[in-house]
Amino acid sequence: MNLNAGPEYIEFRKNVLSFLEENKHMAGKARTPVRPSNEELKWQKKLIDNGYAARTIPKEYGGYGAQLDVLKSRIIAEEFSKANIPMGMANQGISMLVPTLLELGSDDQKNDWISKTISGEVIWCQGYSEPGSGSDLASLQTKAIVDGDDFVINGQKIWTSGAQMSDMMFCLVRTEPDAPKHRGISYVLIDMNSPGIEVRPLMTMTGHAEFNEVFFTDVRVPKNQIVGKRGEGWYVANATLTHERGMLGDPNQSATRLNEIIELMQQETINGEKLINNPVHLDRLMRLQARVLSMSFNSLRLLTASHKKLDAKMAKLIVKLNGCQLNHDLAGFAIDLLGELGTIYGKSNHDHGSGKWQWKYMFDLGLIIGGGTAQIQKNIISETGLGMPREPKSVINGKK
Amino acid sequence: MEFALSEEQGILSENIKKMFDDNISIDNIRDHSKGDKSLRKNIRESIIDMGLPGLMIPEEYGGSGLGVLEASLVAEQIGSHAVPSPWIGNSIMAPTAILFEKDNHLAEKWLPLIVSGEITVCISLSEVIGKRADLGLIVSEDKVSGINIFGIDGELNPAIIITAVKNNLILIETDNNGVEINEIPTIDSTRPVVEIIFDSSNYTIIPGGKEAIQKTIDVGRIGFAGDLLGASQNMLDKAVEYSLERKQFERVIGSFQAVKHMCAEMAAALEPCRSLMWYAAYSQDFISDEANLLACHAKAHLSEVAQDIARTSTQVFGGMGFTDLLGMHYWFKRIGLSRQILGGPERVRKEAALIQGFEI
Repeated sequence: MNLNAGPEYIEFRKNVLSFLEENKHMAGKARTPVRPSNEELKWQKKLIDNGYAARTIPKEYGGYGAQLDVLKSRIIAEEFSKANIPMGMANQGISMLVPTLLELGSDDQKNDWISKTISGEVIWCQGYSEPGSGSDLASLQTKAIVDGDDFVINGQKIWTSGAQMSDMMFCLVRTEPDAPKHRGISYVLIDMNSPGIEVRPLMTMTGHAEFNEVFFTDVRVPKNQIVGKRGEGWYVANATLTHERGMLGDPNQSATRLNEIIELMQQETINGEKLINNPVHLDRLMRLQARVLSMSFNSLRLLTASHKKLDAKMAKLIVKLNGCQLNHDLAGFAIDLLGELGTIYGKSNHDHGSGKWQWKYMFDLGLIIGGGTAQIQKNIISETGLGMPREPKSVINGKK
Repeated sequence: MEFALSEEQGILSENIKKMFDDNISIDNIRDHSKGDKSLRKNIRESIIDMGLPGLMIPEEYGGSGLGVLEASLVAEQIGSHAVPSPWIGNSIMAPTAILFEKDNHLAEKWLPLIVSGEITVCISLSEVIGKRADLGLIVSEDKVSGINIFGIDGELNPAIIITAVKNNLILIETDNNGVEINEIPTIDSTRPVVEIIFDSSNYTIIPGGKEAIQKTIDVGRIGFAGDLLGASQNMLDKAVEYSLERKQFERVIGSFQAVKHMCAEMAAALEPCRSLMWYAAYSQDFISDEANLLACHAKAHLSEVAQDIARTSTQVFGGMGFTDLLGMHYWFKRIGLSRQILGGPERVRKEAALIQGFEI
């Protein structure tokens, strides 16, 4: 254990701080889920040019080309967060497709897509889940049949966030219907403007359509838009699924949320008593704070493991399960703090900011379910982490 | 920055684990709880042979000069093996308290004797942590009288007692000084706590005032967090192991998701506690402005997680968990005692809130 930063990192932090000081006027507000504005595209370019976005993407593909150094990445994240300045873009194309292409894409695919994706010019959505294939993703049925130089795609995807504003989709389709389910899947890149694609917004319990359904009817995709080999799409996708789960349990988000709650408790008064002075509320706050701190320290442990290229095992397997549950519990606490006012969801003169917390409380329940349900996470923790056996497959259609 | 145990810290932990693995079994823990004190004697000798009692004591007094993190790694192994031997009071809290004596008079006199294992020290701070109306100490200029309860590490005829009165730590020699020590029967038979009766006993003030009291409590809480971590990890590991042997409905019970998910939930709750304990222990020596708060959080949070694991893992064992045959109840009870000593979770969380300036 040594939590002192070396001189190189102290210097690096200084550079980040002075960059932020000089350039913060250019940074916009945190992004809404629409296509990036010109202002945002300029900010993204500025960040890439200075090594604060697309930091480890090679220069030939439009990145900054630095060696991977997780400590420096963390310093950037910390200082941007403290200054409340948006980081570089973190859409699904950048965080999931680009690492996949770097590892498994053809030279043409790398040249065609990486630079345009990290700059924000091309926006991607992810086509994995289907109505009949949620936790059992590998059972997916969207078909791709070869016809001349194209695949012809028919089927349906669900939980596709951002589909209506995306240019492209990275998508899992079944190309070998007779192969075992994990070996019959291919990973293809689909132009969302192709004829035969229909995007329907999917209204959720939050009252908003954060996701979509996407329908494919005889959609033609050139055969060279496959990433990796035919039938190996499952393995191509798995590289990025691990990445998604890391993103979903980010402890910085929990820490930020905890600070917002403390601020709320210092401002709000009920029956003449400040919430921060109520011992029962404080006890619950302390319990949550201990969980937030534990997950932050767990992330320091992961950071060191990743820096030393070691497998963090259990410490890594629990992040999605714990992080999503913690965020949901924090939102629930904020609502309870507001009491009756906590139920206001919409424009009202009596609003004390409950809408944001109610939205998070519901949306985070979605995140507990999405990206590998809590139950699937517990299977992974018990099987991979604790060495317990897989469930035998003896129950079909609800009958023995 | 490196958030991981160093190679030396890993080796220390491994060596201690091996020593306990070799010397402690469920059978001799059971014998110990029935009154046979040979395990207590043998383990104490092994701990002295390994040079552990002075782990945190500076080299100038013959100790190893290591920190609270190393000491809590030992506490973790002690909790994991339900070791009936002094540690948190004698080797973590006592040296921390005595080192507040800046002119080294007390340190020179007592620390080398702790290092060599010639003496043990009992710590009793219930007077400041959870004072009861019917108990307490009365002090005159040079004498102390009254009753203290829940002294830690008082089972081996300690040569000195450290307690607190009037915002100061005081040190009382036990030899011919009107001190009577009696074990208090608690749920936890692996680790005695004691009642101490002072009758016009002479005392010496340890300087440092409230700060010395607080620091001594903080490092003690870290020690108990380590003990709780080890005890919980052992209960979880043993539950998983048992679930892979025990068969019902022609399957090992560990293949049922009901059981797997109980184990996964325990692991998910416990693993971040390891990072919390490391950070909190490290902060005692290296990050002074966070040390007090993190000692509270480590103790309170581990107490909650450990209690859940004690209950849930016992359920994984089914009926066997409830019997004395497997002996898992020794850890269940050890966790029950650790939870309350030096402050139960609600009291400790109240302190955590006050430390941050949240007024109650």
